[in-house]
Parts: sequence; structure tokens; C-alpha cells
Amino acid sequence: MIEHFNPLEGKFLQVLDKGGHVYKILEPKLSTNDLKKIYETMVLTRMADDKALKLQRSGRMGTFAQVLGQEAQVAVGLAMKKEDWFFPSFRELGILLVRGSPLEKFYLTFMGCEEGNRTPKDINNFPVCVPVGSQTVHAVGAAMAAKIKRDKVVTVVAFGDGGTSEGDFHEAMNFAGVFKAPCVFFCQNNQWAISTPRSIQTAAKTIAQKAIAYGFQGIQIDGNDPLAIYVATKEAVEHARQGKGPTLIESLTYRIGPHTTADDPTLYRTEKEVKYWQERDPIKRFKIYLQKKGLWTKKYEDNLIKKCTKQIEDAVAKAEKIAAATKPEDMFRYMYEKMTPVLQEQLEYLHESLGEKEA
Amino acid sequence: MPTLNIVEAINLALHQEMARDKRVIVLGEDVGHEGGVFRVTTGLQKKFGEKRVMDTPLAESGIVGTSFGMAVYGLRPVAEIQFDGFVYPAFDQIISHVARIRNRSRGRFTCPLVIRAPFCGGIRALEHHSESMEALYAHIPGMKVVIPATPYDAKGLLISAIRDPDPVIFFEPKRLYRAIKEDVPEKEYTIPIGKAKIVQEGNDITLIAWGAMVRECQRAAEQMQNKASCEIIDLRTMSPMDTETIVTSVQKTGHCVIVHEAPRSGGLGGEIIARINEKAILNLKAPIERVTGFDTTFPYYQNENNYLPNSSRIIQAIDKVMMF
Repeated sequence: MIEHFNPLEGKFLQVLDKGGHVYKILEPKLSTNDLKKIYETMVLTRMADDKALKLQRSGRMGTFAQVLGQEAQVAVGLAMKKEDWFFPSFRELGILLVRGSPLEKFYLTFMGCEEGNRTPKDINNFPVCVPVGSQTVHAVGAAMAAKIKRDKVVTVVAFGDGGTSEGDFHEAMNFAGVFKAPCVFFCQNNQWAISTPRSIQTAAKTIAQKAIAYGFQGIQIDGNDPLAIYVATKEAVEHARQGKGPTLIESLTYRIGPHTTADDPTLYRTEKEVKYWQERDPIKRFKIYLQKKGLWTKKYEDNLIKKCTKQIEDAVAKAEKIAAATKPEDMFRYMYEKMTPVLQEQLEYLHESLGEKEA
Repeated sequence: MPTLNIVEAINLALHQEMARDKRVIVLGEDVGHEGGVFRVTTGLQKKFGEKRVMDTPLAESGIVGTSFGMAVYGLRPVAEIQFDGFVYPAFDQIISHVARIRNRSRGRFTCPLVIRAPFCGGIRALEHHSESMEALYAHIPGMKVVIPATPYDAKGLLISAIRDPDPVIFFEPKRLYRAIKEDVPEKEYTIPIGKAKIVQEGNDITLIAWGAMVRECQRAAEQMQNKASCEIIDLRTMSPMDTETIVTSVQKTGHCVIVHEAPRSGGLGGEIIARINEKAILNLKAPIERVTGFDTTFPYYQNENNYLPNSSRIIQAIDKVMMF
């Protein structure tokens, strides 16, 4: 399918339009469970995001990047296998959740506690990556390692349109092409890198077409359409798993909220533009799709909201408890496998200066 | 027992570690077919194949960044950067990811990666090919920085670095690559990272150096043998630094000269002096002297010998300290 969507010919994949109409010929055969999982994780992501904003505004959480408007991303996680590896940037809460990262980890990270990055052992989700674009090379390296070890594992890396301007993105794409790494590049082109519009990131018409220069396939898709994301990612992941090499997916979406809670987007973009994208909301259109299938009812929604609210409250409570238990030695103990004499000395000094005895 | 130079000793270590552990892979520019510009990786690709010994595109951040990905996935990559002056494009990967993943993921992901690079001056090389920037890396929490000065140490330290659970920068003094030969045991052995070596025992003054400067200290000590009994410490590991060996020696001698090629200001000499001050200032009989490179850009080779510390500058420093 991807080969029929050459970005240089202006092709663009959409399966579910903004009104919730599906293009039957492209519709993936997803089970009821999977369809509900997409919807439910999108809703959970939006609610968890909103809760985080309230926590941040009331001083209970630090700066963080909202997902708002980009929840269709959850379909990426659904298209991957459990043994695959995911390398996020910092706006992929939906993908992390659908792949099993516990919600309290998200809150913990932005409550200033590294425990948030301690992914459970059986989940191959990397911690969030703040230096923009630098994670792309990691995913390629892990994919090269999987290939060397003959594991049938694929890696997926997420980054934004801003990330594609970084040198590491170029090096990652180049290495991936040269070594035919089983890696999928998932670009969330949300059209703004803080205040810098997509047009200042690249003179290329699409980001997807950059793949062609590196010798592999690229596709531009509707990033507010969970079905398009699922279809494209599924094919790209299986293409990689079969040893056919990498794919670049440009997922065209829009950041409805600010860059982070420290940003004021009214300085650089119009209400009209935001409204245009709100009409293309991923949750709204997927709800209509489920409704048409008889999978969405008012009662289902009410139960879902109740369930998510409880899950979020529990996660926040758990996170706040763990964050409050942060100890001075947490800074020192993970620097090396074995603490060095100098670190030991510095930790003892810190305890003394705090008037504490070492635990 | 074979008599090997540093290039051969490192090559032997790589062969043995790759044979012992199939997770060990080698990658970098020209390391495969050609065996590297200094021929350190000669024969590896022929023996272990293109999958485990990879010629990469010319991209240092890509080399270190993909090595990081391989290491967290479970391999033990040994990445070569062709010259110390070319590590900088990879600096972000080293400081932002390699050094901190264990800490930021609370040990869930770790990065057992070795980055090898030839460093230091003295071979009349092109610009950017002669630098000694070990202090930059020793300043990064989470990194280990190792510099061997002899073939025996090069083999044992590299094997330790490859087996280390944490990331190691391994700087090879290119000036000594083929300058010294010594007996190097055929069988595998390790030298602990974080431990300095007393190259020569003495009672009057402690000389501290690493890399090619150890040999300069030995030359100076030999010329001074009738005037002062010099104890020479080869630091071997810049980070984590072996404070104990330094302090114990200075407590005995009461005099100290530190020698490094790196620029003086912000160089590791200052850090060593601080540690001596913290633990042994009352044992000092004279201020500590530093013999170092200058706070200049490393010069083109017409001025190289004026830049590099040598035995005569070390002797002058010893005289100054002993006369105090």
C-alpha cells in the first residue's frame, strides 16, 4: 500500500475523514477489542493530559508537553508487537500508555522524579527524550542490534517536525538506509516547533519525501486519523520485520495546546487556525466511526469516563507518594553500577550537611 | 610471551574479546576492510565478518548514537572515532545520553559502550589531530575515562573497558602507538579501571602523568636520579580518579609535579591539586607545580615541540619544587 502513496506525487493517506466516514477499501480489519482500545486510550490520554495541566497550574507538577489534539498516535502502539521497542520524544503519552507504560510514570517524570523513567522490565518503552531529534539514532542502533542478534524485533521512533532539522535525524535516516535497519520513523508533524512553523524547518514540500533521498520509502498520512496511522504503521513495521528496511511516516497533525506549559501560543498563531484543526479532532471522528458500528453508546462513554477518572486519580496519588519519598541518595546510586569512592564521599557530605545520618 | 606495541596489544584485546563474547562488535569509519587509519582493527572484519565489524558512514554522532542504541539493546559495541578532534559532533550523544541513561532510567537501561579514539600530539599531524581534551570527558558524570601508556596496560585496560557495565572513553596516545614494545601476555587479563599505577617508586617527589607524558616523566626521573628520588604515578583512569594512590604518595614525598599535554586552565592538574589540598595539604613541603600544554589552540607542527611538555620542562619543575 505505501508504495502507492508517493509523497513526491502529493499522495496523502486518509482512511477516516473528519466527519467519521471511512474509505472502505482502506479500512483495516480490527477486532472490537482493538477498536475500543484505540478509543479508550485516546480518551484516557486526553483526560490524563488535562489532569496534568491542572496539576501543573496548581504547582503540583512541573513543566510538561501536552498531547492535546495528537491522540490518534495511540494507533502506532497498536500496530507494534510487545517485543518491539519504542523510542519516544516527549509528546507520546498515548503511544506509551497503549504499549503498557503505567500512567503514574508519566506524572512522576514531570513531578521531577526519575522514577518516572523506570519502565517496567517487560515493556520496551524508552524514557522520554528531551534533546530534540537525538533519539532517532538510538532507535536505528537498537534496530541494527536486533538485526545482528537475528531477533524479529522492530524499533519505532517518534519525533516532531522540528526534530527533522537536527543533524541526528539525517544521520539516523542515513544509517537506517545503509544498514537496512528494521526501524520505523514516525514523525508527528504538528506544524509548530514552539513558535517556528513547519515552513521554516524545511524547504521540502513534505517531510515524507526525505525518505526517498536516503533510499527507502516514506508516506504522508492524516495524523488525526487513527486508522490511517494504524494502517501505515502496521505495514511499515511488518516491512521492517521482513528485512525490507526502514520507513518514514509523516503524520500530519496539529498541536492544539501550547508547546509546553511554559509557552503562550497566542503570540504566534491565530484562533482561526486552531479552530480549523479542532474540527479535525481525532477523538470526535473516531467516536462517530464507533457509533456507526454500534460500539459507542452514551452508557459506554459514561462508564469509560468514570473508569479513566478513577485510573487517573489512582495514578496521581501513587505518583505523589513516590515523588514525596525522594531521597538524597537517589541522585547518586544510579550513576554507575557500583558507586565510586568520590560519589560515596559526596553523598556522605550531603547527608552531613543536611544534618542526617546516612540511611 | 609476544613483544607487542600498543597498536598490536589493542588489536589482540579486540580479537580476544570478540571471540569470547559475541555481543562485542566494532564499528567506525574505515575500521573494517582497511583496519582503521592506524590499523588498530586490522584483521577483525576478516575474522568476525561485516556484521560484527562495520564500516559506517562518516558521521560521528551517528556512530556514537547508534552504538548507544546497540548497547541499550544488549550488545557491547566498541566504537572508534578516528581522531580525538573529531569526537565533538558526538559530544551531545555522549553527554546527553551515553553518560546518563543508567541514572535517568534508574538502571532499567544501561550503556556498556566503549568509545576508542587516538589522542594527544607529537606526530606532526594535521590540525584537529593532536588534541588532549580528556578533561572535557572526565567532567561528565556517568562516564569513565581511561588512558593507557604502555602496551601491557592498553590490552588489560581495554578488556576491562569492554567488560565494564558503564560507558568508557578510551583515549589511545597515538604518539606511543608504535613507539614502545614490551612483553604482553597472550592470555586475557584485566587491569582494574579506577586504579592508578606506581610506575616507579621514590621518596622525594611525586610525578603524576598519563598517556605519552608518563614516558617524559620517566626520562626526567632518570636524569634527576642523583638529585631526587622520583615516584611516578601513571593515573591510567581520569574518571573515576584514584585519589588514594595520589594522596598516599604525596603524604610520603611531600612534593608533587603534575604533567599533562592538555591546556593548563581547567585541565585535570587543577583537580588533582584540589584533591591533594583536601587530603594532604599539611604533608606538602612545597607548592605543587604543573607542567602542561598552554591555553592556546594546539599549534601546527612547526610549534609542536614548543607546546608539548618534555623532560627538560619537567626537570625545571622538579628543581623548582625541591628548592622551595
